Amino acid sequence: MRREGSAFQGLGVVLLKELSDHLTSIRMRVLEWLIVLVALAALYGAIQQIKDTTAEDPFLFLRLFTTSRDPLPSFVSFISFLVPLMAIGLGFDAVNSEFNRRTLSRILAQPIYRDALLFGKFLAGLITLAISLVTLWLLVIGLGLLLIGIPPGAEEIGRGFLFLLVTIIYAGVWLALALLFSILFRSAATAALVTLGIWLFISFIWPVLAGAVAQIIVPPDPRYLALGLPTPGTAQAEQILARFSPSTLFAEVVVAILDPTTRSLGPIYLSQLQGAVLGAPLPIGESILIAWPQTVGLIAGTIMLFVIGYVVFQRQEVRA
Amino acid sequence: MTVEIVIEAKGLTKKYGHAVAVDHISFSVGRGEIFGLLGPNGAGKTTTILMLLGLTEISGGEVRVLGFNPGREPLSVKRRVGYLPDTVGFYDQLTAADNLRYTARLIGFKKAEREKKIADGLGRVGLSEFADKRVGTFSRGMRQRLGLAEILMKGAQVAILDEPTSGLDPHATAELLGIIRGFKGEGVSVLLSSHLLERVQSVCDRVALFSGGRIALMGSVAELGREVLGGGYVVDIEADGAGLAERLALIPGVSGVEKTGISKLRLHADRDVRPEAAAEVVGMQGRLKFLGVQEPSLDAIYTRYFENQPNEGMTVKEGTRHAA
Repeated sequence: MRREGSAFQGLGVVLLKELSDHLTSIRMRVLEWLIVLVALAALYGAIQQIKDTTAEDPFLFLRLFTTSRDPLPSFVSFISFLVPLMAIGLGFDAVNSEFNRRTLSRILAQPIYRDALLFGKFLAGLITLAISLVTLWLLVIGLGLLLIGIPPGAEEIGRGFLFLLVTIIYAGVWLALALLFSILFRSAATAALVTLGIWLFISFIWPVLAGAVAQIIVPPDPRYLALGLPTPGTAQAEQILARFSPSTLFAEVVVAILDPTTRSLGPIYLSQLQGAVLGAPLPIGESILIAWPQTVGLIAGTIMLFVIGYVVFQRQEVRA
Repeated sequence: MTVEIVIEAKGLTKKYGHAVAVDHISFSVGRGEIFGLLGPNGAGKTTTILMLLGLTEISGGEVRVLGFNPGREPLSVKRRVGYLPDTVGFYDQLTAADNLRYTARLIGFKKAEREKKIADGLGRVGLSEFADKRVGTFSRGMRQRLGLAEILMKGAQVAILDEPTSGLDPHATAELLGIIRGFKGEGVSVLLSSHLLERVQSVCDRVALFSGGRIALMGSVAELGREVLGGGYVVDIEADGAGLAERLALIPGVSGVEKTGISKLRLHADRDVRPEAAAEVVGMQGRLKFLGVQEPSLDAIYTRYFENQPNEGMTVKEGTRHAA
C-alpha cells in the first residue's frame, strides 16, 4: 500500500524559507566576503602574470582562472579550497538545529513528509551556493574584460560556463556530506568538526596517502625504478585510490575543461601518443568527453551521500 | 449518549527492538472531549502521541484518527490535527507572526485567508500585541500560547498537547488551561498528556493513567475515585460538643467515625453527609469551626492504586526509558 499524497508537498515552502534564512544569515555574508576577497586577490595575481608573460594564447581568457603568481595560488585552487568550506558552513547544522530548537516535531506535524523538509534544505543550500558562485563567476569575467581588454571567444565562454556548472556540482558533494553529518550528530559543533575533519583528510591527506597505499597494493617494479620511471600498475592504483576524493575528481575535470590541450587525465604510454599533435587544443566536445567520467563521479557522490542521509533521517525518531 | 469517536486505538503497541514502550493500549476519545494521558515520565505517553500523528512507526495494533490511519494517511491526519510538542520550539530569529506564516504555508492556506487566521489565532491566546516581536524574546508561557495559536489557526478538529503545562508558573498554567477549556467549547477534542496530575485534573473529562507502557486505569476522575479509593467520601469536621462522635455515627450512610485531633473528627461515608453533619452539630448547640469533604484527587488515586499493585506500577521496565 502506497502512502498518500506527494513526497514533495510543501517542498517549495521549505525551500523558500531555508533560502531566505541562508541569504539573510550573517554566516552567509561572512562566507561570501571571504570568497570574494580571496578570489579578487587570486584574479589580480593572474592578471599581472598574464600581462607580463603571455603574448599570444588562443585561450587567454581561461588563463584568468588557472594562472597563479607567487605567493598566491590560482583562482581555481582557491575555489577548490573555499567551496567545500562554504558548503560545509551552510549545511553542518541543517537538520540538527531543528532538533535542538525543538522545531522539528512541530514542523513535521504539519501535512508534509520528511522528504520535503530534507529536499528543501538540500536544494536551498545548493541554490544559495549556486547564486554565490554565479555572482563570483560574473565578477571574474567582468573584471577580466576590463583589465585584459580582450573579449572572450564563444568557446572560452562555453568552457568557463562548464567550469561553473562543475563547481556547483562539486559544492553539492560537500553540501550533501555536511547534511549527512547534521543528521547523524545531534550536536552542531560535533557535526561541523567531523565534516571539516573529513574534508581535510579527503582533500589534503588522502592524495598523499594514496601514493603510499598504492605502493603497498602494487609494489613498484625494480626495472622501472632503475629507469627512473613510475611503474604503470602502481601509478594506476594510485590514481584509482586518489579518485575516491572529490577534490581529485574536481581538479581533473577543471584541468580538462579549462586547459584545452589536456588529452588525458591518467598516465598514458608513449605509443598512445603516436600521431598526436602535442600542445594543440582539443575541441570543447572532446574536452567534455575527457572530463565526463569524473563529472558523473561527482554527481553520483552527491546522490549517494544524500541518499544515505535520507534513509537515516527517515528512520530517526523525531522526539528531541 | 452517542458521542462521535474521533480517536480510537485498539491494542496499540510500540516496540524498540525487544523493549516495549507502549503495550497493547486501547482507548477512544469523543468529539469535544478533553482526554488526559497521565503518568510518570517514561510511561509511554509521548510515544502514543507520536503514533497517533504518524510520526513514529506503529509496531502493532490499530489506530484511527478522525477515521484515518496515521501510518498510511499521515497527511490527512496531520491536516486536521494540531500538535503542541513537549517544550515547543519556534524559529527564534523570526517574529511570532512569521513563524505562524511558515506553518500556514506548509498547511497550504491561501494568502488571502492566511493573514486573517494568523491574526485570529494570536488574538485568541492574547498575543496580538506581540505578533511582530521576535520569538527569541518570548517567555516559556508565551511560546506555549503561540503553540496553541498555531493549532487554533490551523482550525484543527483534534488538539494533541504534550505536557502543555510543564515548566510554567501557576499564573501561566491557569491561562493555558483556560485556553484549553476554550477548545472544548468549540467542539475540538483535546488529548493532553501530563505527569502533573493535580493541574490537569480540573480540565479533563476523562483520564487514562499510564504505567510502564500500559493504561492502568481509565475513566472520569470521580469514577476512578470510586473504583480505587473504595467509593468512600471523607468528611472532616472540627466542632465542640460532648458525645458528638456518637451522634454523628448514627447519620445514615456513615460507616465510621475517627478522632483525628482535639475536637477534630473524620467521617467515612458512602455519600456527601455534610448537610446532616452540620445539622447535628448545630442541633446539639455545638460550635462548628470547620466542615469539609475530600474530593477524590488524582494524586490520591494514583498513589493508592500503585501502592496496591507494586509489581505493575512503579517498576519501569528496562527499555521504556525511551518513552520520555
